[in-house]
Amino acid sequence: MSTVKFLTQNFGAYDVNSIGSYMKIGGFNALRKAVNMEPSAISDLIAAVKVKGRGGAEYDMGRKLSQARAVVGENKIVICNADEGETTTFKDRELIKNDPFNLIEALIIVGYAVGATDGYIYMRSEYACYRPVILNAIRQAKSYGFLGENILGKGFDFNIHLYSGAGAYVCGEGTALIRSIEGKAGRPRMKPPFIKQSGAFARPTCLCNVESLSLVPHLLMDDQEFYARLGSGDSIGSKLISVAGNVNRPGVFEIAFGTTVREIIYDLAGGVQKNRAIRLIQFGGASGKVADASVLDTPYTYEGLRGAGVMVGSGGMLIIDERTSVLDFLLMNQEFFSEESCGQCTPCREGNLHIKIILDKLAEGKATDEDIRQMKKIAQVMSVSSLCGLGETAQNSLLSAMKVFPSVFQPGGKNK
Amino acid sequence: MSLVHLTINNIPVEVPKGTKIMQAAQSIGIDIPHLCYHEDQRIKAHCRLCSVEVTGRKRLLAACSTEVWEGMEVHTDTAVVRDAQVTILQLMLANHHKDCLSCPRNQNCDLQRLCSRFNIMESHLPSVVKEAERIATNPAIVRDPAKCIRCGRCIRACKDVQGIAALTYAHRSSDITVTTAFDKPMEKTDCVLCGQCSLVCPTGAIVEKDDTDAVLDALQNPGKHVIVQVAPAVRVALGDAFGLEPGDIVTGQMVTALKLLGFDKVFDTNFGADLTIMEEGSEFLHRLEHGGTFPMITSCSPGWVNYIEKHFGDFTAHLSTAKSPMSMFGAVAKTYYPEKTGIDKQNIVTVAVMPCTAKKFEAARPEMGRDGIPDVDIVLTTRELIKLIKYVGISFNNLPESDFDSPLGLGTGAGAIFGATGGVMEAALRTVYEKYTGKTLERLDFTAVRGFEGIKETTVDLGDRDVRVAIAHTLKNARKLMEEIQRGASPYDFIEIMACPGGCIGGGGQPIGTTNAVRQKRMAALYELDKSLPLRKSHENPDIITLYKEFLGEPLSEKAHELLHTHYHKVAKEYEF
Repeated sequence: MSTVKFLTQNFGAYDVNSIGSYMKIGGFNALRKAVNMEPSAISDLIAAVKVKGRGGAEYDMGRKLSQARAVVGENKIVICNADEGETTTFKDRELIKNDPFNLIEALIIVGYAVGATDGYIYMRSEYACYRPVILNAIRQAKSYGFLGENILGKGFDFNIHLYSGAGAYVCGEGTALIRSIEGKAGRPRMKPPFIKQSGAFARPTCLCNVESLSLVPHLLMDDQEFYARLGSGDSIGSKLISVAGNVNRPGVFEIAFGTTVREIIYDLAGGVQKNRAIRLIQFGGASGKVADASVLDTPYTYEGLRGAGVMVGSGGMLIIDERTSVLDFLLMNQEFFSEESCGQCTPCREGNLHIKIILDKLAEGKATDEDIRQMKKIAQVMSVSSLCGLGETAQNSLLSAMKVFPSVFQPGGKNK
Repeated sequence: MSLVHLTINNIPVEVPKGTKIMQAAQSIGIDIPHLCYHEDQRIKAHCRLCSVEVTGRKRLLAACSTEVWEGMEVHTDTAVVRDAQVTILQLMLANHHKDCLSCPRNQNCDLQRLCSRFNIMESHLPSVVKEAERIATNPAIVRDPAKCIRCGRCIRACKDVQGIAALTYAHRSSDITVTTAFDKPMEKTDCVLCGQCSLVCPTGAIVEKDDTDAVLDALQNPGKHVIVQVAPAVRVALGDAFGLEPGDIVTGQMVTALKLLGFDKVFDTNFGADLTIMEEGSEFLHRLEHGGTFPMITSCSPGWVNYIEKHFGDFTAHLSTAKSPMSMFGAVAKTYYPEKTGIDKQNIVTVAVMPCTAKKFEAARPEMGRDGIPDVDIVLTTRELIKLIKYVGISFNNLPESDFDSPLGLGTGAGAIFGATGGVMEAALRTVYEKYTGKTLERLDFTAVRGFEGIKETTVDLGDRDVRVAIAHTLKNARKLMEEIQRGASPYDFIEIMACPGGCIGGGGQPIGTTNAVRQKRMAALYELDKSLPLRKSHENPDIITLYKEFLGEPLSEKAHELLHTHYHKVAKEYEF
């Protein structure tokens, strides 16, 4: 099994610092085509391909765009979520690094499709080294008339702004990201108002992941049937995934949906280091669920992974080999959330604190039945009642581990 | 307005579109537990205690922030909801300093009440409270961070009501705290000690500085002659704590209770208010005739005085030099009163019961006394008086009514309405009009200056000239008028400003549970009181007339200036952003 090349087709094909080089391989043809289409035809086309948003929420991309278009309001905004804060997730970085002009072009097309006047790229602080590439792409696109006023003579005005986060994981959450762009503390807020109606600066806002956006120019120009054939079942097309942990060749791969987990780990990522046994695999970053090696023959599709008790999520995969215990993994994951909770809502702020305490007790062999019961209850309450997605998903790993590895959660027992 | 149909616990409910689940439930008598939600504040949805189940939704929804929709099926009492409620309370308790027995908010604490409601007998979780000292560095407000549940109500009151934002969240995750800029003591920040934060805090994390012991000590000291004055806004709020309806007027019972507590004399701040009108009204007329800084602005609200000193320090010349009713009363009580009664002023202790936390700060100002002796020795908030009444075991509702004592106990209707936003202006206009025109005012009610709007304005015809006046309550509104003055664009001659919403009736020292709805009832009560009194103009108060005849001479006399006037000054900030 090998990778496919649809989303990554431009990687290495042009000089990322030169718009001329990008245009030689057909760059901005998708935009030229787009501005000659009815805006609604663009979202219809995306909807027809049935692409799901690649940010993790699996929201239908065509529907998102047509809803954004339908919102009544002036000065709409499109935001590219390049916060990519999930652990083990670094696939958007490859798109930013290797195909920046495609991202800019995509943002302009989506801006046109939803009727926006401004695009924001919210990029995590750790990607500061790619700021020059993006800023250069914006500058060159502007000087070629692809940004600014009256783009391609079609009376369409659109500008792109690059904004760097300050390192908070929670700023990948839509409302926190927007507050951060507005210059406020990056803490999530309640919904409603929904972002699509009142987002950044109280303007209607359409928030898309880097990978979702990057697909758009390709889908406009290329054979969508080819793309659809890449997929499997309800999971259409290809997916960019990042594989990390105890594998021989960690990295980013564009796979066709339906590739099995085994093929990903053993063919693409070169197998587990020193052929060790797999302790667990976490799908979708720190907020993702875990599985044991029984997941290996599951096809990597939305429905396939869900059937196996895990989720695609951010597209990250963490392979942990037998040297690390389930508890040590959970403690590490918990430390992450204990640090990254914003602290506003009670379940997440206090829940993470207490779960950490009980996990520590469990690791020391001092946890009681009551402790374990409390831990599970707190985790469940967090997932159903927290203010935002962070609190909702922070205990995905614990709750799934309790199902997959019940023997670990025994009172007194120091486990594996 | 279109109606939405839903069911709550299988009971059909019909409410206007836009209603939140919490209010829909209230409409059929179901109280969904909540802590961060406050009816006068914008919705935060932080505490998550109001999470409810909605059919078809995987997650619980916050009842405070979720609008109902047609066909919605809400369940407020399922196992999942109950688990969430109890677990969230347990989590809060584990991070709360549980010294309930010695907490100022004991039996008046939202967290305590909810734990009792959900029958939480013990906490299952280990305590994770961070050790934190109580912060009691000023005479008015005490913070106890170990009791904070991070609901954010105080932050909203400070920022959205007062426009100050002295309190804010700092840090994150379990380190998140509610604190001031750079963790400075409140008095060294933009804070004006108005106490609105203490009024909305659901626990004992922000409270008034308790001075009840000092009062009890004085009362029990046979060598002391202890007199008390009570602000107008207290008599329409005190009853709340004893199960009476908001806005019930309890003047007579209050006086009896104070006498039972052992005060030697029970006097009325309304007397001081009438005196303030004499001086402030005369000052305004003096400025009209001889020139002076315009607009002149009232200075009886200590939160407001702190605000102008800290935030608009270059404009203090606009303030009336007349002291507040409390401080004028204090000055008279430490000079005229001993002279008249022969009691040694060294032995007189003056106590003031105020709806206000900032009054504690005002009383401690060096300007408010002479020879190092303060005019007002101890200020109690309404809340502390409630404690004292409960302490001595008085059955408040069954008390007979008594009258204030003489000679500092007679107040007019003009003094009474000082407690409501617009009241000082109305009282002043009644006197200014008659003094300026020499005519009798036919209609005493200046309705244009009444009501709950943030900024009110009107023009008063004084015969040969008009006087343009404006009234603002809350410091957020005060700022608007001050910025106008700053731009040189203020069209007004006379401005009344009260720091708290509704004026003193909504002050930061009023009973817990003071909401805007309650404030409006108290406001109506004060105007009712005004209407019922035989005297409604300050200059017709016979005891005031006697005071001038026997002691002060004329308004603005040298003696009056010495005792009843002062100047306020710019306070330098410790930091600038």
